[in-house]
Amino acid sequence: MDNPMDTPKTYSDYVDKKSPNSPIFTNCLKAFLIGGFICSIGQLIFFFCKSKGLDTSASNTVVSIILIGIAALLTGLNIFNKIGKVAGAGSLVPITGFANSIVSPAIEYKSEGYIMGVGGKMFTVAGPVLVFGISASVIVGMIYCFFV
Amino acid sequence: MKKIGKQTIQMENFPTISQSASIVGPKESEGPLAKYFDRCLEDEFWGEKTWEKAESKIIKETVNTVIAKSNISSTDIDFCFAGDLLNQCISSSFGLREINIPFFGVFGACSTFVESMCLASVFIDSHAAKHIVCAASSHFCSAEKQFRFPLELGNQRPPTSQWTVTGAGSVILSSEGNGPFVTYITPGKIVDMGIKDANNMGAAMAPAAFDTLVTHLQDTNRKPSYYDAIITGDLGYIGSDILEDLCKTKGYNINHQHNDCGKLIFDKEKQDTHSGGSGCACIGTVFSGYLYQLMHEKKINKLLLIATGALMNSTSSQQGESIPGIAHAISIENCKI
Repeated sequence: MDNPMDTPKTYSDYVDKKSPNSPIFTNCLKAFLIGGFICSIGQLIFFFCKSKGLDTSASNTVVSIILIGIAALLTGLNIFNKIGKVAGAGSLVPITGFANSIVSPAIEYKSEGYIMGVGGKMFTVAGPVLVFGISASVIVGMIYCFFV
Repeated sequence: MKKIGKQTIQMENFPTISQSASIVGPKESEGPLAKYFDRCLEDEFWGEKTWEKAESKIIKETVNTVIAKSNISSTDIDFCFAGDLLNQCISSSFGLREINIPFFGVFGACSTFVESMCLASVFIDSHAAKHIVCAASSHFCSAEKQFRFPLELGNQRPPTSQWTVTGAGSVILSSEGNGPFVTYITPGKIVDMGIKDANNMGAAMAPAAFDTLVTHLQDTNRKPSYYDAIITGDLGYIGSDILEDLCKTKGYNINHQHNDCGKLIFDKEKQDTHSGGSGCACIGTVFSGYLYQLMHEKKINKLLLIATGALMNSTSSQQGESIPGIAHAISIENCKI
C-alpha cells in the first residue's frame, strides 16, 4: 500500500476516499418534498388572502409575514432545527430559513445580554445574506435606473 | 524518571491513579456506557442559566466527587491540572476557583485530559507532589456555540462530523497506592497534514495519533500486542479507520487492540452521532468511568491511552488555516514494570 502520509496532497486524497459523502440523492429528495410543502403552504395563504380581497402585492407581504412568524415560533420551540436536520435546503432556502437564521443566534446569545448578545449577534448567520443581497439589489437597481 | 528514545519518559516511582470520577450529560446517559459514570445529568443546563456555567458546574462537581471518593482531604492535594475547550479555559478556571488547590490551566484541545495526567505523573515521580487532581470538561452546547452555529439553526451535519461529549472526567494521581500505575508517558508532536475541514476532525488528528503511537512503541521497544488495549481519545469512526491503516504502513497491526472513546461512548445508529464523540470529556469520562473500572476488575491490565486534540479555533478555520493535530500517550498498567 502506498503511504498516504507522503505529502499533504496524498493524505488529502486518501482522506477523501475514506470519508463517506452525504447522501445527496435522498437529501435532495427530502429538500424538494419539504421545501415544496412549505411553498405550498405559502401559496394557500396567498389564495386565501386574494379571496378576502387583498391585492397581489399585499397578499405576498402577508404570506412572508406569516411564514416568518411560524418559522420564528418553531425556532423558539426547538422544533425548526429538527425539521432543518431532515429538510436541509428545503427549509433553508424559503423565507423560513432566513427567519430561523436570525432567531437562532438571538436565542443563543441572549445570555450575553440584550445589547451585545441579542442585538450584536443576531445577524451573525444572516448578516452575509443581507450585505450581499442588498448590495446586489442596489447594483441591479442602478443598472435598471440608468439603462432601462 | 528518565527520558528514553526520542520522546518518551519512563517513570521510576510509578505514580498510581488512586481514584476517578465522571459526570456526563443526558445524551451520554442514553449511550452504552451510562452505568459506568458517577452521575448522569437529566438536562444540559443542570439548574444554571448558561451552558458555560453548566460546564463549570460539571467540572467542579466532578472534582468534588473524585476528592470525596478518594478519602484524601482536599488540603492534602498538592496541585490541580485542568482544562477545557472554551476560550481561555473558563470552564475549569471558573469552576475550580473555589477549590483552594494550586492550579495549572492546561490546554491541549481534546488531548487536555491525558496532557494533564502526563504533567501530573512527572510532578509525582519527581517527588514534587504526593497527590494531584487532574480534570477536563467539554459541553456540546457551549462547544457548538463557540466553534460552529447556534443550536437552533436548522442546518445539517455531514457524516464525517463528531458530537462533542457533555461531561467531565477527573482522576487523582498519588505517589503511593495499589495502582493502576503510570509506567511511561509519550508527549506528542504537533502534526499537520493539511486537513482544513473542521467537520472531519478525526482525519485531522489521526496522523498525530499515528506519530505518537509509533514513537511510543519504538521508544519502549514494545509491540502493539504488548497492550491489552490501545485506546485513542476522539478519532471517531473515520479517524480510527485511518489510524489503523497508517499503522499498517509501518508494519504494525493494531486492529485487535485498538478502540476509540468516540466510538465507545455513543451508539452510532441509535443516537445519530455520525463519526462518534469528541471533546475533552470524551476520553475524560470514558477513562474515568469505563476504562478505570475495567482496569480495577483486571479485565484490562496494560492500557495505552492516547488522547488526540485538534489545535484550531473558529478564527483559524475562517482564515482557511489547516488543522494541526496533537496526541499524547500514557501507558497505564496494573503491575509496576
